[in-house]
Amino acid sequence: MADTEHEFVRSQMLPALAPPSSQVGAVRWMRENLFSGWANTALTLISAYVVIHFLWGMAPWWLHAVWNASSLPDCRKIIQTDFGPHAEGACFAVVHERWKQLLYGFYPDTEYWRPNLALILMLAAIAPILFSHLPRKLLAFSALYPFIGYWLIWGGTIWFPVSALLGFVIGGVVFKLLAEKSAVVAAGAGIVIAALWWMFGESWLEAALHAALPISLPSVESRDIGGFLLSIIIGVSGITLSLPLGVLLALGRQSNMFFIRSVSIGFIEFIRGVPLITLLFTASLLLNYFLPPGTNFDLILRVVIMVTLFAAAYMAEVIRGGLAALPRGQYEAADALGLDYWKAQRLIIMPQALKISIPGIVNTFIGLFKDTTLVVFIGLLDPIGFINAIRATSEWNGIYWELYIFVGALFFVFCYGMSQYSMYLERKLRTDHR
Amino acid sequence: MADVTTPPKDVFRLSMLIYDTRYRSLTIQAIFMILLMAGAAWLVDNTIHNLHALGKDFNYSFLWSRAGYDINQHFIEYNNDDTHGRAMLVGLMNTLFIALISCALATVFGVVAGVLRLSNNWIVRKLMSIYIEAFRNIPLLIWILVIFAVMTEAMPAPSAFRGENPTSSMWFGAVAVTNRGVYFPEPLFSRSLGNIDLGIFYVSTDLIAILIVLAASIYAYRRLGRHAEKVQNATGVRPVTWWKSALILIAPVLVLLIALGFHLGYPALKGFNFQGGIQARNSLIALWLALSIYTGAFIAEIVRAGIQAISRGQSEAAFALGLRPSRTMNLVILPQALRVIIPPMISEYLNITKNTSLAIAVGYMDLRATLGGITLNQTGRELEAMLLMMGIYLAISLIISGVMNLYNRSVKLKER
Amino acid sequence: MKTTVFLGIAASACLMAGAASAGTLDDVKQAGELKCGVTTGLAGFAAPDSNGVWQGFDVDYCRAVAAAVLGDPTKVKFVPTTGQTRFTALASGEVDMLARNTTWTFSRDVDLKFTFVGINYYDGQGFMVPKKLGVSSAKELDGATVCIQTGTTTELNLADYFKANNMKYEPVPIETNAEAQQQFLAGACDVYTTDRSGLAATRATFAKPDDYVVLPEVISKEPLGPLVRQGDDQWADVVRWVSNALVEGEDLGITSANIEELSKGTNNPEINRILGTDPGFGKMLGLDEQWAKRAIAANGNYGEIFAANLGESTPIGLSRGLNALWTQGGLQYSPPFR
Repeated sequence: MADTEHEFVRSQMLPALAPPSSQVGAVRWMRENLFSGWANTALTLISAYVVIHFLWGMAPWWLHAVWNASSLPDCRKIIQTDFGPHAEGACFAVVHERWKQLLYGFYPDTEYWRPNLALILMLAAIAPILFSHLPRKLLAFSALYPFIGYWLIWGGTIWFPVSALLGFVIGGVVFKLLAEKSAVVAAGAGIVIAALWWMFGESWLEAALHAALPISLPSVESRDIGGFLLSIIIGVSGITLSLPLGVLLALGRQSNMFFIRSVSIGFIEFIRGVPLITLLFTASLLLNYFLPPGTNFDLILRVVIMVTLFAAAYMAEVIRGGLAALPRGQYEAADALGLDYWKAQRLIIMPQALKISIPGIVNTFIGLFKDTTLVVFIGLLDPIGFINAIRATSEWNGIYWELYIFVGALFFVFCYGMSQYSMYLERKLRTDHR
Repeated sequence: MADVTTPPKDVFRLSMLIYDTRYRSLTIQAIFMILLMAGAAWLVDNTIHNLHALGKDFNYSFLWSRAGYDINQHFIEYNNDDTHGRAMLVGLMNTLFIALISCALATVFGVVAGVLRLSNNWIVRKLMSIYIEAFRNIPLLIWILVIFAVMTEAMPAPSAFRGENPTSSMWFGAVAVTNRGVYFPEPLFSRSLGNIDLGIFYVSTDLIAILIVLAASIYAYRRLGRHAEKVQNATGVRPVTWWKSALILIAPVLVLLIALGFHLGYPALKGFNFQGGIQARNSLIALWLALSIYTGAFIAEIVRAGIQAISRGQSEAAFALGLRPSRTMNLVILPQALRVIIPPMISEYLNITKNTSLAIAVGYMDLRATLGGITLNQTGRELEAMLLMMGIYLAISLIISGVMNLYNRSVKLKER
Repeated sequence: MKTTVFLGIAASACLMAGAASAGTLDDVKQAGELKCGVTTGLAGFAAPDSNGVWQGFDVDYCRAVAAAVLGDPTKVKFVPTTGQTRFTALASGEVDMLARNTTWTFSRDVDLKFTFVGINYYDGQGFMVPKKLGVSSAKELDGATVCIQTGTTTELNLADYFKANNMKYEPVPIETNAEAQQQFLAGACDVYTTDRSGLAATRATFAKPDDYVVLPEVISKEPLGPLVRQGDDQWADVVRWVSNALVEGEDLGITSANIEELSKGTNNPEINRILGTDPGFGKMLGLDEQWAKRAIAANGNYGEIFAANLGESTPIGLSRGLNALWTQGGLQYSPPFR
């Protein structure tokens, strides 16, 4: 039995055969992803046709692009001499000529480093808020940033933001001192004293310090700020300012005090129920009626206030979503520890709720940032406002695609970056919770 | 008896207003309300002073004075001799109309794109991602302007239809697509029943008659269906009803149409423009497409998230039952996903309604362009016009969200 | 955190504004800057160039006023306003004057409480059509599709004109001139109507201007001019007489080239009075004696401003027409400086 002869016994494994050519590499990928059935094949062919047709139609326009010309007729002439009498082409020369206005408005050329620096610092200031592994001490910089950013962009004496900041410090100190007795009284006193400081002490200190040590940047007026910079300023300040307001509104909406709850709901529903454009018109047309006679302050500031109120209502809903997503046990645990309302909110509820809401906040920001383009209807020169102004000059009358493409691309880069980031956050947060 | 201790008498001290949690909330609310009232009073007082200083008053009588401007698209009778109030009404109807059709089309775009984004065809998936990302990340205003410009440039002008060898021709000899809009044949009745005057606008009696007949046929059709079901339940065999239902649905309306002398009025090129037929203006179409495509991208993401929220087990179970992918989607996934999808969808519909206020960018005469635009500009009554406009938008939003919330409640999964 | 910075600015801005309600002239002098409302962009009248400097006919008026009041034509803050926000901007004090090709009408003057200080451009609404349409008169436009810029008096004039002539039309309201132009060129409307200056400016920038004609009919009077708030007569006087000085400057042959020469003294007493060689007028206005000299020196007299921004040598290529001096068959006429 044992010595039964075998013709052949394979003593080692054969190397695996290469899979059939239809099952590997590009072919397999195409079979699976493009031609897996007749419906799929049809879809693929139709889509490919659309894409190719589109690109084919667009190609000459892009290839004939002119980057250096002083006016549209000039551009047309260059294209015709270079590519034949009937050639059509893009005239990106307008972007080359006017990119400064589209980005910075009338901001003085020599000072461009200031908004640039402010933007870079802003990214640095946001980082510790969004990336939790960075050292917590950096948050101090984030808190200081609004003052630094303001000073960099508007210029003027450095002592104005410093003494404005001092108001917070004074208010904070007062709050700390009185907080032992009663948080409500302390908060009230802190706010009142800070307000008094801003009203009376601040300008005096500012003048005194400026006389002693004049550190200042050339000041730039709001009217000179335009283009993309304006969109960023309105968007960023709107979202930053609306965050605390949104938190308060969200808490107010969940409060069990009847009046506070109904006022919060009323406010949120009102703002969410009317188009932003009507609020912007309110800022430009009606605010003068509502404020004391003779009051007249900066249109950009009025717009920022309105945009803040607008964003606050949406923010409140986002944060309410975050609050609702917290398990009931968190609230109960906070109560069980004997924490009062504000302590519970500050130490337990808000950190978690805000963390859950970050993607929603980022989305609100993207929406708000896109909506800043509506300021064109009240005569502010944002990128779209500049498109209109540029098209009104005799050199560039009649141009449009190039400007829309440029501005659209800018918005796309900015918003797409933000939305990718928010998705990344969403993924990160999801793993944390499971 | 005497040892029953009376509870210590609750003496009210002023400090309890702050320290006692029972009263504190009252104190806070009272202070809050006083501050709020003071703020409101301050605003009103300022407004009165400012109005007085400018020599203006606050009244809405301008709504009854002659408007003097024309509106190209009006669903109710309107000409420039009518009042500002009527112009506002025309604008409001235009707003509601564009909002309605945009919601419908955006839903179609959104659902298709959302489903296709999960398709296993690579190129389709990528195309859908490009569509969604491009529209989500570029402001709506730019898209409206771009789509308007594209439509104006890409469509032929009416003059292209003219002459011996026109460069463009009408579709089926009935529909003309031009850069002033699309002209459709219009339904006409040679033996019309006339109109009913409802004070503000007219209602065509023909339309009412057709709607009544249609409603009756649908009711009869339903009855038929229920009857067939009953028979099926009793005998196990469903009676053949398709020809009966077809007859019930089509015949009465057809008879009525013939009785009314129904015929189509075709658009024809006369003078500068196409005359006759129904014109869907370019501004309407551009705004409609822009709003729908833009919001469609957002809805697509909602739909995708809704579909992905359904656990894989559901589709696997459906496949195990032998359902084809399309039926799995229609019968198993979408109905469940709907419950996740509807709440965010409501806010998208609200967004569409609010975004219609950008209509002015393409010259579509909506509420904002009439009341908040020309009327405001001609009368100089900013305060009145803006407040009225905000009130109207707010009312529309509240109604939409109210109705949609009711619907949401009705399709919600009934738990326990 | 940022809230308070803004509140701080708001508070300080309020305080500043609270103090400022004495007289516009004093406010302007105190601020050292004239806030002038212009359009967000209209070729020839106001638009920023590639260096961000505003250029145009209206812009030069603002500069002349700034030169007269502040001694420096560059001390102007241009505030772009839309058709909708312009009146509120002026009424609320956001701008000191409006030079934004605004038509002088009864209701704007009386009901909206503004004072028009003069007419710097006599305009009228006209029609432009493509030549190949074969239309030679506006009376032949029955049934036409008309592009109009919305938010102006244009819409009302158009409605009135077609009604009076018993014609029908299809209005296509458009927000900006640039948009309207694109619609018109693509054939989405048969006719483009706006002020004739605007039509000429628009036509000048077409790739083939000769394919389009401006019809002879002028359907409305559009006297355009700078305006100020009602109730501040001193300021209204300043703006009015600066603009008169520009016209009178042309009338008397004072140009930016010879102004230095003339201000040394001439034997024409009126020139001497205007240029302050014969003092007195400046003081009456609350300005110094050199005010008119500076105003004319800034961008030249009315004729020079017109020629530089709208005239036949510019791409816009308008002829003077009604805007010629009264001595040359036009309507531009300044009350005497006496």
